[in-house]
Amino acid sequence: MRRIPLSALLGLFITGLYFFVAIFAPLIAPYGMGDVVGGVWESSSAHFWLGTDSIGRDLLTRMIYGGRTTIFIATVATLLSFSVGATMGFTAAVVGGWVDQGLSRFIDLVMAIPSLIFALVVLSVMPVTVTTLILVMGLLDSTRVFRLSRAIAVDITVMDYVEAARLRGEGQIWIIFREILPNALSPLVAEMGMRFIFMVLFISTLSFLGLGVQPPLADWGGIVKENKEGIVYGITAALYPAIAIATLAISVNLVADWILNRTTSLKGGR
Amino acid sequence: MLLEIRNLQIGATVHPPGEPSRDIVIVDGVSLTLEKGRVLGLIGESGAGKSTIGLSPMAYGRGGVRITGGEILLNGRDIRKAGPAGLRDLRGREVTYVAQSAAAAFNPAKKLMEQVIETTLLHGLASRSEAEARAIKLFGKLGLPNPETIGNRFPHQVSGGQLQRVMTAMALCPQPELVIFDEPTTALDVTTQIEVLAAIKEAIRDTGVAALYITHDLAVVAQVSDEIMVLRSGKMVEYGPVQQIIEAPREEYTRALVSVRSIEHEEKTPVGEPVLAVKGITARYRGTHFDVLKRVTVDLRPGQTLAVVGESGSGKSTLARVITGLLPPRAGTIRFAGRTLSADLAGRSKDDLRELQMIYQMADVAMNPRHTVGTIIGRPLEFYFGLTGEAKRKRVQELLDEIEMGAGFIDRYPAELSGGQKQRVCIARALAAKPKLIICDEVTSALDPLVADGILKLLLSLQKREGVAYLFITHDLATVKAIADSIAVMYRGEVVRYGTKSDVLAPPFDDYTDLLLSSVPEMKIGWLEEVIAHRKMESAGN
Repeated sequence: MRRIPLSALLGLFITGLYFFVAIFAPLIAPYGMGDVVGGVWESSSAHFWLGTDSIGRDLLTRMIYGGRTTIFIATVATLLSFSVGATMGFTAAVVGGWVDQGLSRFIDLVMAIPSLIFALVVLSVMPVTVTTLILVMGLLDSTRVFRLSRAIAVDITVMDYVEAARLRGEGQIWIIFREILPNALSPLVAEMGMRFIFMVLFISTLSFLGLGVQPPLADWGGIVKENKEGIVYGITAALYPAIAIATLAISVNLVADWILNRTTSLKGGR
Repeated sequence: MLLEIRNLQIGATVHPPGEPSRDIVIVDGVSLTLEKGRVLGLIGESGAGKSTIGLSPMAYGRGGVRITGGEILLNGRDIRKAGPAGLRDLRGREVTYVAQSAAAAFNPAKKLMEQVIETTLLHGLASRSEAEARAIKLFGKLGLPNPETIGNRFPHQVSGGQLQRVMTAMALCPQPELVIFDEPTTALDVTTQIEVLAAIKEAIRDTGVAALYITHDLAVVAQVSDEIMVLRSGKMVEYGPVQQIIEAPREEYTRALVSVRSIEHEEKTPVGEPVLAVKGITARYRGTHFDVLKRVTVDLRPGQTLAVVGESGSGKSTLARVITGLLPPRAGTIRFAGRTLSADLAGRSKDDLRELQMIYQMADVAMNPRHTVGTIIGRPLEFYFGLTGEAKRKRVQELLDEIEMGAGFIDRYPAELSGGQKQRVCIARALAAKPKLIICDEVTSALDPLVADGILKLLLSLQKREGVAYLFITHDLATVKAIADSIAVMYRGEVVRYGTKSDVLAPPFDDYTDLLLSSVPEMKIGWLEEVIAHRKMESAGN
């Protein structure tokens, strides 16, 4: 095992911490998620480390549960968007012809509609559950992944080793997953770090607008929404989710950069 | 003394991923002298440091390369002490440079004339009209068509050979004292190379400029240089007049370079049913309106080699695509091993695919960089014969032994192999399928001469052992002589000459075969002038 650079170690630590807290939220959180335990917008104290929110719930508890929801939804949606987007993108590039045209133009069509508006329309007619949220976010975001993976795969399919595989008689599955995917992984991993953060922002935005995670479930966007009036009176409650998102964004990308460095080495670096 | 280099040391810092950076020495203790009007050839295989040394009279290091020691005296002053302003003044005024790939070195958005006179104007060496007059004179001297108007064209509007000559004009326009030619003809076809070579030689003689000529082809450098320095891994091997290097090399390594391509191959007589019979193939690419192949008919007997020769654009690689099924032809049939092949790849049986294998020119892109050697060679075994686990690994090792690569390679990635080793792995991958025919598409042209020699010998010995037939596509006639049993010469999509090797290579020649044959540089002083005097036609690339 070679040394992990300091930046990656830091990123790994913070990301790990967030995920750990998210997974074990019920054990870590000092109070129950919906318990009203204090006065409105109390400032931080030994009892309430981050103070309390607009109806007197402990903010740290809300942040922990909120992180659990936000990170879970963002992670699953990212995985969904990458599996769907990359598979479609690679297929379009490898098969080419009408399949490529059809898929690409359909994706263009979807991308022509701003995804926030698209999501708002869909969510306003569908029952808003965690599953629908994940599906809507994942599928909408897969259009971006499709574009990227198709562009990468188009460059790879013209390589001689892909031609050699075709001449050997290999099927599309082998070509996509054994010839193209390993070579497309580096840019995709880099993009994944980025897209995960966009997912966090996306779900936060939806919740802020009231169409995302529904109360009494907590999530970071919802916490901003509930406490936004406090900013006028100098209450910082609404800023904590912002800090959480920013630190998560930086640390996830530090990790992604490090993975990228490792996987770009072609000399058995993995 | 125009240029004197004493004990030159050049180093660089490498940053292998995951390891600490370290300094390496690229050129070590090289000394040379060059007088006005003389030409020094720098020769060596890739990685010998010849380009790095060649750029040192401009005190320039490419990509993080640094000059770390020694003296470079240009007209008596040490240019290492010149400083940035001094160097800027020197580059393009006293020393100019001709790059290998003219197509990549020109700005595609500007007209040729603008680029040719740019340096001259920047240094204030002439007024615009004077510079243009100079350039036009140089165009004429370099044998470019329409010297008055060619400067108004854009780089994509002239051929590769012409572009290379325009770049030479660009280098000569400021009337420098020293020109550095960095492999100026390597990227060109043989038939074009010879014209560019002659033009460069004449221009050097007429302008009285001194030159450093960098190449890996000893036969080429013998035509233009007065002296030759042979380099290997950054060190000087031998340094002397052309005559002595060619005729009486002192060092073992130089002798190997001089005698390269001396494989003797006994031609086999065409017997038996052809393993491959290509009949009346006409093909064109989708969306185009001319036939790349016109009624091509050739036969190949089992266990023999058919060489398909021609310059770029002659359709020889397209023929390979048609035979492999990547490009269905418009007319004609292909019979292979006694059955008619489906025109389309999708219509071929697994056995058709297995028995017809292919080896590519660029071994590094012919192998998936993310697969180990074991996977690359093992996949055909698994795919065609269902071998797995230990049996597969054992067979892979046998194949590795067959290509003269021992244990310890099986778990390596392609990036951890040298160019020659990569090509050997590709050969092993083809062999793994137990084919009847292997199509070799320019398999040696990206390799250094000595390495290429090794590959050819390997192919010949494999043919003897396995009885496999080769369709050998190449533009290099020396290779053809070394390996072929029969030859098809292609020109603009047609087979212009076809027969056994001795028939094709015996006079009387048709004009094109004559041009092709006479263009192969020979390791003989004065060969260039002889050939130019006897040419019957111009190359297609001109």
